[in-house]
Amino acid sequence: MKQKKEDIHITGYKNYLLVWLGLMIFTVLTVAVARIDLGSINFLAAMLIASFKALLVITFFMHLLYEQRLFKIMVFFSVVTLAIFIGLTFFDVPFR
Amino acid sequence: MNNTSTIESHKDYIGAKMGMWLFLFTELLLFGGLFLIYAVYRYSYHGGFQAGSGELSTIAGTVNTVILITSSLTMAVSISAIQRGNRKLCLAMLLATILFAAAFMVNKYFEWGAKIHHGIYPGSPELLSNDHGTVLFYGLYYVMTGLHGLHVLVGMVLLSIMFFLVYRGRIDSTDFVKLENSGLYWHFVDLIWIFLFPLFYLIT
Repeated sequence: MKQKKEDIHITGYKNYLLVWLGLMIFTVLTVAVARIDLGSINFLAAMLIASFKALLVITFFMHLLYEQRLFKIMVFFSVVTLAIFIGLTFFDVPFR
Repeated sequence: MNNTSTIESHKDYIGAKMGMWLFLFTELLLFGGLFLIYAVYRYSYHGGFQAGSGELSTIAGTVNTVILITSSLTMAVSISAIQRGNRKLCLAMLLATILFAAAFMVNKYFEWGAKIHHGIYPGSPELLSNDHGTVLFYGLYYVMTGLHGLHVLVGMVLLSIMFFLVYRGRIDSTDFVKLENSGLYWHFVDLIWIFLFPLFYLIT
């Protein structure tokens, strides 16, 4: 059985280069933002930018956009699970 | 009658990929536990984390970020290349990915080396003379970047095997799921670093 060309989506080299460019811009942005003192917003901004970079990597580099729906659901639930672990912990820690 | 043409080995490409994703979810929770510890201690010892982070080289961290993101690009391109039947480009891009990974490790070696040279390593008298938060920060720094570095090394071995398989024609434009799965692993390593970088190098 072959991995047929008709069944798969081949991402163009140029598209990958654009994703890379986006990731580079966000890297510069996150370093630049860290140099400005915004108080607690600094951490929020850093995590927001990192999450957006992660989204770019998962969607395009990891090809998730072109996978079956089940893959997307699986990734969604595993990320939500981790978010619940970390989120619920903070319903406890600040109130000790 | 020609029976040989009808006999084909059955391969489940979707299943292979799903298995890889499931493995990556376990990896996510492995690192996730460490991220959770990091989050709680950073909340409790913000000052110490800030002091510890100030001692790390932002330039070294940024350079490694650029290296790893670029290696993800070459990895992705190598898969597109093999899908199009361009074996030469695939091999070149795979080699580039392995070299970027090596560059990352060399950078990491000098970074750790400089810190250890200054007496900053887990349990060192120099480190223990700092406040509790800074001790925790460096403990997590060594464990998390260390575990990540271990994944980079494993990735280098994996990609070297893939290079050999492509070179031998065992991976080609009709059967490339092994390369895709190796790519998924490599991008995951990149993903972890995308979060480690601001968490350790950019605390203000």
